[in-house]
Amino acid sequence: MRSSYSETKGSQMRQSLIWSAIVLLLVSACETVPEETVEAEAGGAAIANQLPAVNVTPQPVTPVQVAPDPNVPKPLARETEEFFVVEVGDRIFFDLNSSDINERAQETLNRQAEWLREYPNVNITIEGHTDERGTREYNLGLGDRRANSVLAYLVALGVDQERLSTISWGKEKPAALGSNQTAWALNRRAVTTITDGAPAN
Amino acid sequence: MSAPVNTRYLFDKPIVTRRNLLSTAAGAATLVAATPALAVLEIDITRGNIDPLPIAVTDLFSDDSSAAIRGNEISSVVAADLERSGLFRPLRKETFIQKPEEMQPRPRFVDWRTINAQALVTGRSSLGEDGLMRVEFRLWDVFAEQQMTGLVFTSAPESWRRVSHLIADQIYERLTGEKGYFDTRIVYVSERGRPNDRKKRLAIMDQDGANHTYLTDESFLVLTPRFSPTSQEITYLSYEHNQARVYIYNIDTGQRELLGDFPGMSYAPRFHPDGRQVIITVSESGNSDIYTMNLQTREMSPNLTENSALDTSPSYSPDGDYIAFTSDRGGSPQIYTMKANGKEQRRISFDPDPDQRRNSSYSTPVWSPRGDLIAFTKQYKRLFAIGVMRADGSDERILATTTEPGKGLIEGPTWAPNGRVLMYFSKEPTTNLGGGDVFLRSVDLTGHNDRLVETPYLGSDPAWSPPL
Repeated sequence: MRSSYSETKGSQMRQSLIWSAIVLLLVSACETVPEETVEAEAGGAAIANQLPAVNVTPQPVTPVQVAPDPNVPKPLARETEEFFVVEVGDRIFFDLNSSDINERAQETLNRQAEWLREYPNVNITIEGHTDERGTREYNLGLGDRRANSVLAYLVALGVDQERLSTISWGKEKPAALGSNQTAWALNRRAVTTITDGAPAN
Repeated sequence: MSAPVNTRYLFDKPIVTRRNLLSTAAGAATLVAATPALAVLEIDITRGNIDPLPIAVTDLFSDDSSAAIRGNEISSVVAADLERSGLFRPLRKETFIQKPEEMQPRPRFVDWRTINAQALVTGRSSLGEDGLMRVEFRLWDVFAEQQMTGLVFTSAPESWRRVSHLIADQIYERLTGEKGYFDTRIVYVSERGRPNDRKKRLAIMDQDGANHTYLTDESFLVLTPRFSPTSQEITYLSYEHNQARVYIYNIDTGQRELLGDFPGMSYAPRFHPDGRQVIITVSESGNSDIYTMNLQTREMSPNLTENSALDTSPSYSPDGDYIAFTSDRGGSPQIYTMKANGKEQRRISFDPDPDQRRNSSYSTPVWSPRGDLIAFTKQYKRLFAIGVMRADGSDERILATTTEPGKGLIEGPTWAPNGRVLMYFSKEPTTNLGGGDVFLRSVDLTGHNDRLVETPYLGSDPAWSPPL
């Protein structure tokens, strides 16, 4: 049991006595409760009767200062590009052949918009991408549709359109390699990249 | 001996005309006495899986030793062209009995029948005092013991490759009735590097791979190059200034020029058959529509498509009256045609299997230079295919497909100028370790002779030039 502990020497003795009293009360309570519980459960085996009496004397708890772990990275500063990528989230994903922004994507874009409104000097390019399963030109158009879908959403949330540009890479720049559902899902994406205005961490 | 001789009519030419021509040359007596193996020497290229015609292509005879060397090279290029078409089987030179110098003025045909040659190519080359090279060749029907065709080419010696291709064209045309396609070039996207960071640049080469040159460096992404039908220019998509834009590249000067500066992306460019306009896709706020631009005035037409769907990949018919394009206005990418002014837009791609129709999509339409067919990429049953259909969508035929559902793909057909051979590119499946290598391939209109087109590195987006 930890609690704030008065360091005043004068009250230390009295505090100890009070603690002892409290603990003894609790211990006696503990000793009786198991017995009652066992009897209430019926079945007989009064294991509680065999519990050894525990005599606990509270020891003073010394607060110890833990030095900062050098391996744990410092928290990212909010205004940095890394914060945007890691904490806000720089990308959203789409269903096959779709440029609709689903609920999960909306949450990310809501955070992006909030961050962008907070740092009005940052300019961004929204990249639209597709998976490999269409022809080259059609996928350029689909990627463009996705990028502009994100742009419209951010503008509707109050981000100034002047700060936003789009580019479609179609299927030419996959994030994940693999002819399987996992890789394809990771490639159907729109990535918000910072072009200027945000410092590195 | 089985002979690929076919006395039925050639593709769309009545046999009567041809037979009369040959009987005039050969004499009726020869034909009357002919057994089936001695009948008209022809190749019916519509039949597909025929036995290639055994042909002996001999080195060109020359008095002068340096010209003789050239003569060997010319015959090698000719033989390689013919073999690549899949219709000919050039016989090995080691088996030849007669030497080039022994075949003037006529070959001893029995020597050639002995090695089962049905056709024979002989010739001579010389260097004139004017510094020009003269190449004379003759094509012989070995069994009829008659000359089928003969021509003399005069050119600068450096043009010997073009002369070779023109000779191969002549041989091809004489025996198939179709124009040859060997005097052409291919422009494509050369790719190399890590699978998730490929470096791409434009490259151009003769259709046999010779004279390979890079047109751009690897510092910016380039895609979908297409030849002008009338000038030494290529139009293509480039991300040179971190925006997707259409450019024109002049092959002679190496200059490149931005074609229109739009606020949004512009892509999928092709030339009009008259070479004076370019048809492109412009995307505004994510909506792709098709426009044309006059190259002289740089004026843009109004948009030919007008809807919220994705309309792209336009391709003109050879007479310029119609445009085929891809649109997903019906929910998935399909092929539509419209008149050049944008009117009468109608869908033409419908999977012949009605059960599949809902799940099949079509894109990359390319009109044949003959005007009769439209080539396309089809996706169905988790496979990719290259096929052709008539301009009204009928008679769909698949020429090549991937074999493992969901793995790898093929796309992007382009036509040889004779409308009988296509090139496309294939992509291998990717794994988390890499893969996804892309290669150029060619295939006949019959679906046969599907083969790799060799390139120094990986390759995609081939486009065939018009005849040079």
